[in-house]
Amino acid sequence: MKTTKLLMSTVIAATLFLASCKPKDAAIQAAIQAKEAAGITVAVTKGDVTLTGEVDDEATKAKAEEIAKAEKGVKSVINNLTVKPVAAPVVIADDSALIKNVADATKDFPTVKAEVKDGVIVLTGELKKASLITLMQHLSALKPKKIDNKLTIK
Amino acid sequence: MSLQDKYSALTDAATAAGITDLAVREQDGVLYIDGTAADGATKDHLWEVYNQIDPNFASGDLVLNVNVAIDAAVTHAKVVTESSNLNIRKGPGTDQPIVGKAAHGEIITLVNRSNDLWWLVRTNDGEEGYCYAQYLEAQA
Repeated sequence: MKTTKLLMSTVIAATLFLASCKPKDAAIQAAIQAKEAAGITVAVTKGDVTLTGEVDDEATKAKAEEIAKAEKGVKSVINNLTVKPVAAPVVIADDSALIKNVADATKDFPTVKAEVKDGVIVLTGELKKASLITLMQHLSALKPKKIDNKLTIK
Repeated sequence: MSLQDKYSALTDAATAAGITDLAVREQDGVLYIDGTAADGATKDHLWEVYNQIDPNFASGDLVLNVNVAIDAAVTHAKVVTESSNLNIRKGPGTDQPIVGKAAHGEIITLVNRSNDLWWLVRTNDGEEGYCYAQYLEAQA
């Protein structure tokens, strides 16, 4: 019996203690949230901060954690922020490879003249509309910087 | 209007068509769309959408590089030139000597596709060499 009572009172004491913590958590939450960048969600439970959301890079993620840790009353920070996946960089072929590949691709289009400079393919001459898509598909697969189409379409 | 807005119908179509590894990036005034289509019809559809937005592809502000996925198990390809025979060359490049020809519509054996642009093939007569991959359609 005695043990039970002791337990009960402990629980009550703990509850009161926790209840008294609540406004503090809310205050910490508000303080950190105000300092964090948009897109970051701050949650605080008993002084333990959890950060969630998506940020642009690792540096922003680390900075968000520092901001939270620096706040008075914070016991720990769980950083669950995710970094946005970076889109694969644009690959542009070297001129030497591009010149050779453009020559191969345009070989069957004798009315088309193609020049390559700094990754840009410049098309001049004339071409039937029906063949244009095929030519453009061939050239687009060669990783040019740009296709400057000055063809006269018949 | 940004390029992403200009070509939003195209990127929407690409997403709807289930293009894998779809990447859309804008750099120095050019939009680059890369990805892999399940079949040739899907690729052609995207090119039609592109042609609607930018008639005759005259703006020079998009590089649409969507390739057709090919099952590793595929062993044959059809010659899809407009009408002429397809040259088979000793090496990958039009500067290489011609070692044979494949007829328009002929189905030939694929030996190696490690080069994206030039596939190593073998004709039914046993001639082996490189063909321009754009004129070959993998047979399921």
